[in-house]
Amino acid sequence: MTDLLADIPADGPAAPPRANGELLFEKPWESQIFGVTMALYAQQVFAWSEFQAALIVAVKRWEDIHPDGAGYRYYERWYEALESLLDSRGVVGVDLVDRRAGEFASRPVGHDHDHDHHH
Amino acid sequence: MTATPHPHDYPDVALRAEALESLLLEKGLIDPKVVDGLIARYQNDVGPMNGAKVVAKAWTDPEYKARLMANGTEAIKEFGFTGPQGEHIEVIENTPDVHNVVVCTLCSCYPWPVLGLPPSWYKDPAYRARIVREPRKVLSEMGLDLAEDVAIKVWDSSSEVRYFVLPERPANTEGLDEEQLAAIVTRDAMVGVAKVSGP
Repeated sequence: MTDLLADIPADGPAAPPRANGELLFEKPWESQIFGVTMALYAQQVFAWSEFQAALIVAVKRWEDIHPDGAGYRYYERWYEALESLLDSRGVVGVDLVDRRAGEFASRPVGHDHDHDHHH
Repeated sequence: MTATPHPHDYPDVALRAEALESLLLEKGLIDPKVVDGLIARYQNDVGPMNGAKVVAKAWTDPEYKARLMANGTEAIKEFGFTGPQGEHIEVIENTPDVHNVVVCTLCSCYPWPVLGLPPSWYKDPAYRARIVREPRKVLSEMGLDLAEDVAIKVWDSSSEVRYFVLPERPANTEGLDEEQLAAIVTRDAMVGVAKVSGP
């Protein structure tokens, strides 16, 4: 883990941008899972420190297997942290998520599964 | 027995996120209106304009500045800026001799009540690793060239403490009031990757 990311170019896609004002969320699901997480926290389903500990684990897990850092997506790690925290707390098991995601994946092509609507 | 699958093994995290949300809805653990409201709050109402007000007050009110340096969280609360990631905010002051810059190497801890959600570069593995190792070079790449005799201190935020930079007040701003000063304070200056330039 020493010298992690030593070879990241200063002007490549992974270089920090110089401008302000970029989007907070790149995809609709990212803002959605952020809102879901904050709502669960507000309901005291978990303490903030517990979510943060799960996030640190998820980030480290990814960085250990992607030492060059390429393709990092913060909200994917955020999602992983939330999923594992809810699983370990017995709120929603990973097996249920697997099954539901599988059902969603087999929906007819063209089904709108962006989160611009609510049921 | 197979290992528990992890989301990164699935190409479509969006689908899993939608699945998880639908399960939480069925269990009655989340209310879509509340979720939408929280998203809107963090997209529109919580952001660097909060921190800019804190900085402008510290520049113009020595007693407030003393309270801010002594207990960041409590002094920031005077503005009503509270919430997650705001529990232990420590303010560090830039001076002509010392420039402070903030990172969170472990995840992306950030003082949300004063700065909102972090920009993408703050979360990026490259920034998180390189700002610790070669801060002068990274700051220069981000457009901030510091004189060699200015010391750079890198502060690693954590779940225990989140750091917030009090930038230097630019010269030639004596005539500006608090509101005008707040308008020139940028997010990047409060993370420490820029200085505040005059109006």
